Amino acid sequence: MRILSLAARRLAAALPALFIILAGLFLLLQLAPGDTVDALVAQMGGSDPTMIEQLRKHYALDQSTSVRLGDYLWRLVHLDLGQSAIYGKPVAAVILERLPATLLLMGSSLAIAFAAGMALGVIAARRVNRWPDTLISTLGLVFYATPSFWFGLMGIFVFAIYLGWLPAGGYGSVGAGLTGIAQVLDIAWHLILPTLTLALIFLAIYLRIMRTSMLEVSNLDFIRTARAKGLRDTKVVTRHILRNALLPMVTLIGLQAGTMLGGSVVVESVFALPGLGRLAYESVVQRDLNTLLGVVFVSALLVIVINFIVDMLYARLDPRITAGH
Amino acid sequence: MNVTRRELLLSAGALAVASIFPPALRAQASTGTPVKGGTLTVHLGSEQRILNPSLRASTGVYIVTSKLIESLVDLDADGKIVPQLATSWSSTPDGKTVTFKLREGVKWHDGKPFTSADVQYNALELWKKHLNFGTALQLNLTAVDTPDPLTAVFKYSRPIPLDLLLRALVDLGYVVPRHVYEGTNVLENPANTAPIGTGPYKFVEYQRGQHIIAERNPNYWRAGQPYLDRVVWRIITDKSAATAALETGQVQLSSYSQLTLSDLDRLSKNKDFLVTSKGLEANQFNNTLEFNFRRKEIADIRVRRAIAHSLDTAFFIENFLYGQGKPATGPIPSTSAAFYPDGSKVAYPFDKKRAEALLDEAGYKRGAGGVRFTLTLVPIQNGEDVPLLATFIQQSLDEVGIKVEIVNYDIAGALSAVYKEHKFDIATGWHQYRGDPAVSTTVWFRSGSPAGAPWTNQYGWQSDKVDKLIDDAASEIDPAKRRALYGEFVREVNDQLPILFVTERQFYSVVNRKVHNTHNTARWPSSSWHDTWVGA
Repeated sequence: MRILSLAARRLAAALPALFIILAGLFLLLQLAPGDTVDALVAQMGGSDPTMIEQLRKHYALDQSTSVRLGDYLWRLVHLDLGQSAIYGKPVAAVILERLPATLLLMGSSLAIAFAAGMALGVIAARRVNRWPDTLISTLGLVFYATPSFWFGLMGIFVFAIYLGWLPAGGYGSVGAGLTGIAQVLDIAWHLILPTLTLALIFLAIYLRIMRTSMLEVSNLDFIRTARAKGLRDTKVVTRHILRNALLPMVTLIGLQAGTMLGGSVVVESVFALPGLGRLAYESVVQRDLNTLLGVVFVSALLVIVINFIVDMLYARLDPRITAGH
Repeated sequence: MNVTRRELLLSAGALAVASIFPPALRAQASTGTPVKGGTLTVHLGSEQRILNPSLRASTGVYIVTSKLIESLVDLDADGKIVPQLATSWSSTPDGKTVTFKLREGVKWHDGKPFTSADVQYNALELWKKHLNFGTALQLNLTAVDTPDPLTAVFKYSRPIPLDLLLRALVDLGYVVPRHVYEGTNVLENPANTAPIGTGPYKFVEYQRGQHIIAERNPNYWRAGQPYLDRVVWRIITDKSAATAALETGQVQLSSYSQLTLSDLDRLSKNKDFLVTSKGLEANQFNNTLEFNFRRKEIADIRVRRAIAHSLDTAFFIENFLYGQGKPATGPIPSTSAAFYPDGSKVAYPFDKKRAEALLDEAGYKRGAGGVRFTLTLVPIQNGEDVPLLATFIQQSLDEVGIKVEIVNYDIAGALSAVYKEHKFDIATGWHQYRGDPAVSTTVWFRSGSPAGAPWTNQYGWQSDKVDKLIDDAASEIDPAKRRALYGEFVREVNDQLPILFVTERQFYSVVNRKVHNTHNTARWPSSSWHDTWVGA
């Protein structure tokens, strides 16, 4: 019951946030010079003034900003995200097509970053200030400091061009007509490089957090008590330290969800993946307001949902949160 | 739309580029016996909103749709007009009636026959009403008569030179099925992204953000062709990723210079690939420097000439563009044999001393810190060479005492800033030459374009003499007289320097050597690929 009321409170707080994000972005984008017709004419390589005027009317760009904002919000109330100017079909359909690639990329990157970060963090903390710690910490620093497009391109160069082990990009083999398990494996094959590229930066963060929080927890009184009871070292680590050290890691997942969506723009471009990140980028370049707002809406929902799950998880791990302390 | 603009575009065409390339040089790719089957995978650098060439004229659209949808006429290797859907044509002496005989036995991909009614509908409803450049070309088209299913008679209210119309129809004469479009909202028609045509390949699927697939049309009118089973276009927006795809064999072709300059240079040394500008002669381009005459310093011709003299274009091409290109001698490129003035040379050769003297003479002496005045430069982002030129101009002008501040926008923003709001002092951009000065060159100089139309004269410059030359040349039917008029036009704009054409460039294709019969027409990436095949 308590969990349910917490859930309701969280969701209620999310609605105004969503509204402010969308209206704010809509207005912000009005400040950007150029509109969808400018982008369209640029793509066509020129056009005559009458046709340009016609197109502005077609995309309702001759209306005032307030009228268009009103229209947009009114449609949103009806859960209608509008029509995409680039793709000529409903924004919801365009986003649904792009969502799986991004979710898959984010999910697997997060899982790898979390699992490997945790493992490496534990090793580093257990061997603190000795060579494994130095090695892992240095690696973490390198991963964190290197831009992901560089990792991506180097990955392509080494594993796709030089060694020829992995595909250079794309989301599955084009037109191979694969189904079932073969298709799943094919997509997984294509996602290895992009997933690792996206995961590395986050892995570095998780590893640092895990190391710090392990060290912090192991200095607390209850650990000393556990050791005094005569518990074996591995037991102390797995049962007492690890469980408590995981709390900040879980919090971080929620915080990272948004950052990860941002990081996917780069990775999806480098690996030619049809995901939300690239869709958002293309919508900005093409000034496709409806699609961009749609992507932001869905991304915001995604972040809210992930944070909601994290909150629920947290409440289970630490009962004090539900009690409202 | 005013009359002048229409007249300019009426004289579209007359592509004589190819005449300067001997045929022996161009037959580079026909080797061995064609093999049936196989897939050709092609790099597509940006996604297209509409895949209908009778609504949208652009190379991005042609790269895909020219395999599915055919035009009335096409170009051969020497840039001459050859029949495609039309087999012959004739014009009446008054130049107001043009009759096309159409090919027999051509079927749409959905099985219905192709007839003159399709041509009639396309000309009147699509080319004349919606197609960019087509609306201007067909402005005087009053009717298309269809006396029989294989004859289309175009009626014009003013004379139109036959050669001009044909040259323009290569790009602006694609035909889509009437029965699919008639009675619908043509801009929203689903066939715009799932095209139906008469071409050698049939549309299969378009996965947004990923790929477009087309497969062999078994009922194609060229018996025994095409050779390829399928053509796949892979959408790869990142240029480095596209090069990687080429190198790993995921993609076999990238055309219209969609890779980075350094990768083009690198791949040209790789024996697996052919890097060529042959087969792309129908599309040439320039790097340009646009002046805003609303700024008083720029309005002074001595300042413009000083700016032109401060640019070491040869150095720029050699060191920034990997030697791809040469200094331009004016608004008409040297490849345009029919119009290029004899004895042309660079109008304002690199001469820093002369530049300084001109600026001093204009009254802009060096002030504090050696600075004469400051200019705002807007690069119209259209490829990596535009910002490179902007940086080069900034550094070159700094040496003669003009400080340049570069203001970066993306392409939509830059077009709006330069052509709608005129918020710039100088701009760097791209000009594409489409075979005839009247098609997309003279609009840069002719006054009277309303604000907001990109790549037209929005610079605040006006010359009655140039306006008259442009108008006269556009309606002149005698080729020799027309050539003379354009010669005078080039001399006048080189003298007055409203816009500086900095370089003269060609597009490049990169193609895997396993692909045969490539680049065998003057606009090969935009042609039908009916005879292209892939070897082992």
